[in-house]
Amino acid sequence: METRNELTDKFSRLFSQTIPGIRASSFELFNSAREKAMEKFLELGIPTRKNEAYKYTNVEPLFRHDYDSFFIPGPDDFAKAERFKCDVADLDSHGVILINGFYPTIADKIKKLPGGVWIGSLNEAAKKFRDVVEKHFGKYISGENDSLIHLNTALASDGVFIYVPPGVRLNKPIQIINLVESEKDIFNQHRNLIVAEEDSDVSLIVCDHTLSPNRFLTNGVTEAFVGKNAVFNLIRVQNEHNNSSKITNTFIYQESGSRVSSNNITLHGGLVRNTTKHMLAGERAECLSLGLYLADKFQHVDNYVNVEHLVPDCNSNQLFKGVLDDMSTAAFNGRIFVAKDAQRTSAYQRNSTILLTPDTKMNSKPQLEILADDVKCTHGATVGQLDENAMFYLQSRGISKAEARLLLMFGFAHDVIRNIPVEPLRQRMDDLVMQRLRGELSRCASCMVKCG
Amino acid sequence: MLVIRNLRASIEGREILKGINLEVKEGEIHAIMGPNGSGKSTLASILAGRDFADVTEGTVKYYGKDLLSMAPEERSREGIFLGFQYPIEIPGVSMVNFLKTAVNEHRKHKGLEPLSASDFLKMMREKKELVEIDSKLANRSVNEGFSGGEKKKNEIFQMAMLEPKLAILDETDSGLDIDALKIVANGVNRLRKPDNATIVITHYQRLLDYIIPDHVHVLYDGRIVRSAGKELALELEKKGYEWIKTGEENSVQTWKPGMS
Repeated sequence: METRNELTDKFSRLFSQTIPGIRASSFELFNSAREKAMEKFLELGIPTRKNEAYKYTNVEPLFRHDYDSFFIPGPDDFAKAERFKCDVADLDSHGVILINGFYPTIADKIKKLPGGVWIGSLNEAAKKFRDVVEKHFGKYISGENDSLIHLNTALASDGVFIYVPPGVRLNKPIQIINLVESEKDIFNQHRNLIVAEEDSDVSLIVCDHTLSPNRFLTNGVTEAFVGKNAVFNLIRVQNEHNNSSKITNTFIYQESGSRVSSNNITLHGGLVRNTTKHMLAGERAECLSLGLYLADKFQHVDNYVNVEHLVPDCNSNQLFKGVLDDMSTAAFNGRIFVAKDAQRTSAYQRNSTILLTPDTKMNSKPQLEILADDVKCTHGATVGQLDENAMFYLQSRGISKAEARLLLMFGFAHDVIRNIPVEPLRQRMDDLVMQRLRGELSRCASCMVKCG
Repeated sequence: MLVIRNLRASIEGREILKGINLEVKEGEIHAIMGPNGSGKSTLASILAGRDFADVTEGTVKYYGKDLLSMAPEERSREGIFLGFQYPIEIPGVSMVNFLKTAVNEHRKHKGLEPLSASDFLKMMREKKELVEIDSKLANRSVNEGFSGGEKKKNEIFQMAMLEPKLAILDETDSGLDIDALKIVANGVNRLRKPDNATIVITHYQRLLDYIIPDHVHVLYDGRIVRSAGKELALELEKKGYEWIKTGEENSVQTWKPGMS
C-alpha cells in the first residue's frame, strides 16, 4: 500500500501533469489561487479519521483508487451531452443538464433562462460577469482547513455559474440534472458559484444521477452568495449507485434579511459526504438546513453542518433525519457557532435516526460554540427503532408488517420533506422517498431525462 | 362468533386473566365492566393480537378458527377491530394514506380489486357523515395533535371504514365529554347490523345510557364474576364496585368455569 506521502505525491504528480491544460481553459483569478491551494493540500494531506471533521467517514481509500481519468471535459464529452439534450422529453424551460458536474454546451456556454436567471460555465462567466465572479469567487471558503476544498481549488477546471440579478424572482424552480457518466473510473472535481443578488428569489434543484456502473469519486465545491432580503432554496437529490462516492462542500453566505434553505436528500449512494456551511452575516438572516438520508447495504452518509451566526438577530434551524438498513452507517455533525456580538440569536438543531437492524451504526455529534450571552439554542439527537406501538396500531387495522414498516419510515422521512420551503416539490419528494423505501427507485420519476 | 374458554394470561409472571369464559353471538352487544386493574384492557389486547401478555391456558375461537394463532393484521382482515383506549399518533402518515392502505388490504383479503382514488374518497366522505367526524381530521396525520375526543371519534371513523364483524371498544368513553360520548355511541349504534357484534369495555355505566348492551359482565381480579342483562350495569352504578368486592367471597366460591 502507498504511504501517505506516496498518496499526496500522486496528487502532486497529477497537478504537474494536468495543470497546463487546466490553466489554459480557466480564468485568471482561478489560476492564481491554484499553486497556493496545492501547497496547502500537500501540507494537510488527504483527511484521515484522526481529523476531527472526518472522524466518522474514511475517505482515504477513495483517493487511493487509481482512476483512469481525472475528469476534464473534452469536445467528445460536450458532444455526448448534446446528444442527451436531444433525448430530453418535456424539457422544462428551467431545466439544465450537466455532465459530470460540467455545463456541457459548445456553442452557448452561458445563457439566460426565461425569467432572467443566467446559467452557464464558470469560466465563461468570468468573461461575461467578470465583476461578479471576482467579487465572490473563493471568498466564502477562505480560512477553511479541509484539504479537499484546497484540492478542488487546485485542480477543478470549471463548474456551473448561476447568476440571479437583483429583484429577479422565479415562480418555478430551476432543475439541474447532473449526469455522472463515463466508461472509465473517474475522479471529478468541479467548482460552482451561485450569486443571488438583493431581493431575488430562486429555488434550485440539483439531481445527481449515475448512468454507468463505473467507479466514481466526486469532490465538488459550491460557493453561494445570497444578497439582502433575497430568498434562495437549494434542494439536492442524491441518487447514485453503490460504487459512487460523492463529496460535496457547500458554502452559503447570507446578507441581512435573506432566507435560505439547504435540503440534502440522499436517496442512494455508496459513500456520501455533504459539508454544508451557512454563514449568517447580515442581521435578520434565516437559514434552514434540512437533510434526509436513506441508506442500506454498505452505504455511508455523512452530513457535516456548520452554521455560523456572525451578527445579531438571526435564526437557524437544522433538521436531519435518516433510516439505516442492513449494515449501512451514517454520521451527523451539527456545529452552531454564535459570535460574541451575535445577540438575540435563535439556533435549533435536531437529528433523528431509525436503525432497522443491529448491524447499522449512527454517529451523531452536536458541536456548540456560543460566545454571546443572549441566545436561544436547543439541540437534540435520537437514535432508535420503529415505534412498536405504532406498528401494532397499523397492523390492527389489517396492514401487513412490511407495509406498516414502510408507512412508518415514510412518515418519519416526511417530517423532513414537509419542511422543504418549496411547496410544489414536496409531493415529488414524497413520491421519490416512497419509491426508494419500496426499493423501486432506479430513476427519479420526476427526472426530465428519459434515458434508456 | 367468539368463544373464549378458560383464558389465562400473565404479564411478566403475574397472572392477570385467571380463567375467562365468554361467548359472543352475531347481533349482540356485550359490555365488560370492572374496576381499574381487573384485566379488561389485557383481554382486549389479547383478542386484537398485541403480544405483551403470555397466554398460559385456554382457547379463543373466532368463527371456529383459533384466533390466538393469527397475526394482528389477519385478525383485522377477518373482521376484528380494536378501538384503542389510547390511540397512537403517527406523524407524517396521512389519514388518507393510512386508511387507503388498510381498506385495500381488507379488499385484497376478500379477493376484491383495490378501490380507485375517487371511490375511496367517496367512501371516506360517506363514512365521515355517518359517524359525524369533522372532515378536516381526515386531512391530517394519523391522530397527530388530535384532542382526546377527536382521537376516540377517529377510532369510530376507522371502524366505520373497515366494517368489522366484531368490534372491541376499549374504554372508548374515557375522557369524553357528553357530546363526544353521544357521537361515539351514535356511531356504534349506526354501524350495528344483525351479523356483527360489539364488546364495549368500560369503567363507567355512562356510555351504556347510549349503547344498550344485551349482556353485561363484571370482570374482577381476572375473572368474570357476574354476568346478567343490562340491568346489571345500573345496579353497579348504584352500588359501586365495592359491592362486587365485598360480595367477592360469595361469588368466587360459587363461580365455576363455563358459568358465564
